[in-house]
Amino acid sequence: MLLGPSLTLSAILFTIGLAGVVVRRNAIVLFMCIELMLNAVNLTFVALSQYHGLNGQVMVFFVMTVAAAEAAVGLAIILAIFRHRQSVDLQNINLLRG
Amino acid sequence: MTELVFYVLAVSAVVSAVACILQRNPVSAAMWLVGAMFALAGIYVLLNAQFVGAIQVLVYAGAIMVLFLFVIMLLNLDRETTDLRRWPAFLLALGLVVGIGSALLALGGYTPHRLVAEVLGRPPWSDPGTALPAGAAAITETERRGVVGAIAGPLFRTYLVPFEVTSVLLLTAAVGAVVMAKRRL
Amino acid sequence: MAATGVAAWIWLTIALPFAGFLLNGALAFRRPDAKGLVSLIGPGTVIAAFGVAAAAFLQAAAAPTQEAMLVPLWRWMPAGTLQVDLSLQVDQLSLVMLLVVTGVGSLIHLFSVGYMREDPGYARYFAYLNLFIVFMLVLVLGSNLPTLFIGWEGVGLCSYLLIGFWYADKANADAGKKAFIMNRIGDFGALVAMFICWQALGTLSFPEIAERAPELLTPGGTTVTAITLLLFLGCIGKSAQIPLYTWLPDAMAGPTPVSALIHAATMVTAGVYLVARTNVLFAMAPVSQMVVAGIGALTALFAATIGLRQYDIKRVLAYSTVSQLGYMFLGVGSGAYVAGVFHLVTHAFFKALLFLGSGSVIHAMHHAYHATHAHEDAQDMRNMGGLRRYLPWTFALMGLATLAIAGIPPLSGFFSKDEILAFAFGRAAHDPAWYVFWAMGALAALLTAIYMARLMAMTFLGDNRTGAEERRHLHEASWIMTGPLLVLGILTVVGGVINLPAFIRVGPLHALDRWLEPVMEPAGRFLALETPHGGIEYALIGLAVAIGIVGLVIGYRTTLARPIPVAREAPPERGIWRLLHQKWYVDELYQEFIVNPLVWLSRGLLWRLVDQTLIDRAGVNGSAWLSRRLGWLGSRLQTGEVGVYIVMFLLGAVWILHAVAR
Repeated sequence: MLLGPSLTLSAILFTIGLAGVVVRRNAIVLFMCIELMLNAVNLTFVALSQYHGLNGQVMVFFVMTVAAAEAAVGLAIILAIFRHRQSVDLQNINLLRG
Repeated sequence: MTELVFYVLAVSAVVSAVACILQRNPVSAAMWLVGAMFALAGIYVLLNAQFVGAIQVLVYAGAIMVLFLFVIMLLNLDRETTDLRRWPAFLLALGLVVGIGSALLALGGYTPHRLVAEVLGRPPWSDPGTALPAGAAAITETERRGVVGAIAGPLFRTYLVPFEVTSVLLLTAAVGAVVMAKRRL
Repeated sequence: MAATGVAAWIWLTIALPFAGFLLNGALAFRRPDAKGLVSLIGPGTVIAAFGVAAAAFLQAAAAPTQEAMLVPLWRWMPAGTLQVDLSLQVDQLSLVMLLVVTGVGSLIHLFSVGYMREDPGYARYFAYLNLFIVFMLVLVLGSNLPTLFIGWEGVGLCSYLLIGFWYADKANADAGKKAFIMNRIGDFGALVAMFICWQALGTLSFPEIAERAPELLTPGGTTVTAITLLLFLGCIGKSAQIPLYTWLPDAMAGPTPVSALIHAATMVTAGVYLVARTNVLFAMAPVSQMVVAGIGALTALFAATIGLRQYDIKRVLAYSTVSQLGYMFLGVGSGAYVAGVFHLVTHAFFKALLFLGSGSVIHAMHHAYHATHAHEDAQDMRNMGGLRRYLPWTFALMGLATLAIAGIPPLSGFFSKDEILAFAFGRAAHDPAWYVFWAMGALAALLTAIYMARLMAMTFLGDNRTGAEERRHLHEASWIMTGPLLVLGILTVVGGVINLPAFIRVGPLHALDRWLEPVMEPAGRFLALETPHGGIEYALIGLAVAIGIVGLVIGYRTTLARPIPVAREAPPERGIWRLLHQKWYVDELYQEFIVNPLVWLSRGLLWRLVDQTLIDRAGVNGSAWLSRRLGWLGSRLQTGEVGVYIVMFLLGAVWILHAVAR
């Protein structure tokens, strides 16, 4: 049920998240766009789980868990960087320049 | 009727997403993202994934986004600084949207019949949801034990090890986040 | 066939002087003042080699063989169809050359002991001289073209080393360079001839060439003509014929014994030897024969004209050598290989005698000027005169040599020169062009007699112009120098007995002809040469003798007709005499039209354009610049901004997606 439209919506959300990653400079908002992409993928899993069984929803379960862990650690890193650079603007985080 | 609800939710999700990526203020962006997640949760319910929908609201919107907001507030970000990149980035983004979007949108052409036909190799003779054996088993399972019970089965049987590993992962992440964010080691 | 008896040991003739070279070379480095030891080793090894050569000759004379005896030394290039070995051959021709090289070489080594006694480079000199003998013997004993070529190049090297022996003076070093480079031009011809020869005949070994050439090559065809012409190009370089002769007069910058050995008796005759050795090929190519004889005759005449007006005693002899070499080539070019070799042998005798004699004169003049601290040119004949009172032995012996070279009977030079001219005249019956060559040869004979008489008159006769003080220090050289002169004098007188012509009814007639017959037999099948007989023969002989006598008289009279100014006060030459004195400006022509354009090409084009600009700037610096630019461009990717890196990830992911989804 509603497989086609769901997959289409997932694709649209994913590309929006992708565009956001390219366009934004603020590290935290960048993160949020990544979360958006993850959500789009979750939607795909859920849509297809109707026909392929509950494995899809279990995957979503794990994806969410990992996303939570990732968000925690990632934000902690951003905090640490902010303490050093006083900015979360990606253009200022260029210690790898060479 | 289901379709109408679905399309309303879908449109609101897309609008929220677009608004999220174009907001200057990080807090506004976070709020719009929460809105998008709510819409998605509704769609999950429509797609017979009620448990996942509930989890989405609880974990994603409730915990993760709150975490985001906490960090934003901690950092006391200046809401006037523009943090959108210059126009070449928009062109690149447009290019990516067109490139990837078109590739992915081909997936939208998957109707249930086509999916079943591709997997089974022949057109289904009844409800597509029941044509695939896994899907049929899922429906019986859900009727027998309810939505939560149906998920619990594979989660604690087939995927027990990933489940335990994930818990260790969470522990590690928590410890790591604490260590990272400390002022002094 | 395999070598037996002494012939199997023929490699000793090479090994002994080579040991001499090593020992003398070591002494030159470690104990340069051990002159006694060097004097023993240097000539000693060559005399020992002469002993071996004489033994081999006696064995061959006792038991003559039709085929050459081969002494293979080393398997050099076993490369499929190209099988080249380092091997020596002992046959009649190589024995003749062997005797000449080691015999005259020994005499010159002995002379050098006296001549070079005061030179600081004594040991080095003998080392080089021994090395020269080594290579010359490799040349004449080689049984195939590559082995000969090793010797060919080697003598060129030794010539360079010895011409520039006193290398501190740049002019000497330049002369050595000139000799070597001009030789190389000829060597190119020899190499290409070898390539063609191998391609056409499949072999480079002399016995096999003589076998296969008549079968595989068409007489008068392009292949054999090409081979012979290119071989002759090598001879032109090595034997100083037109146009590659200008190095030989300049080579007089070396010590006089060197001039005697290398540039009179042995190295320059290598070209004649080569033609005689490959006689079958030349006999099959009448066009090449005409070229050889023509260039020989022209060179004989041309060089003789220049010799008429030179004042340096060694220069006159140098041009005389070039001229006499022209005679030899006239001989072998006409198909008279034996006559050419005969003249080679007699010329070695009297020309070595002349050079060593001039060395004796120069030695005395040096002593005189050294004693009075004068700075005149000890080699300029205008500073000499009347030396017969002070150097009687030298005068007598050089006088004999002069008579020989002018072709006065019964000295050796008469027999050999007359035979060549007779064969040229005989060939003219087949090919009328040879009348011109004969006429050139006869005219050159006249000029030869004139300039040699002029040399003798200016040096030994008349009044002495050296100076009253110097006169007291002029004296004959020690016996170690005069002894070899005596031996050579004897050989000059009796040398004609080697090949007496038929009209002399006593003695061993045509000894050399009969001796060399097995070697020249392959050529004889293609060319049946006859000398004129009877009336014409006597007329020719009479003409030759008359030319000799007339020339000598003219030379003597014209030289002593007027008082000769000393070199310092001599007026500049005028008119035709100036042209002759300046050697027909050939050197200047070469400089202008060949050397300068080449230098311009090398410097302006190849150095500035190709080397500096293309290779250095564009190639080396350019590629370095390119690497740096590319590196710099690459480094611009490392912005350090995480956001940019994320975008890179995305782009990469997109790419992979498209690649996988295909």
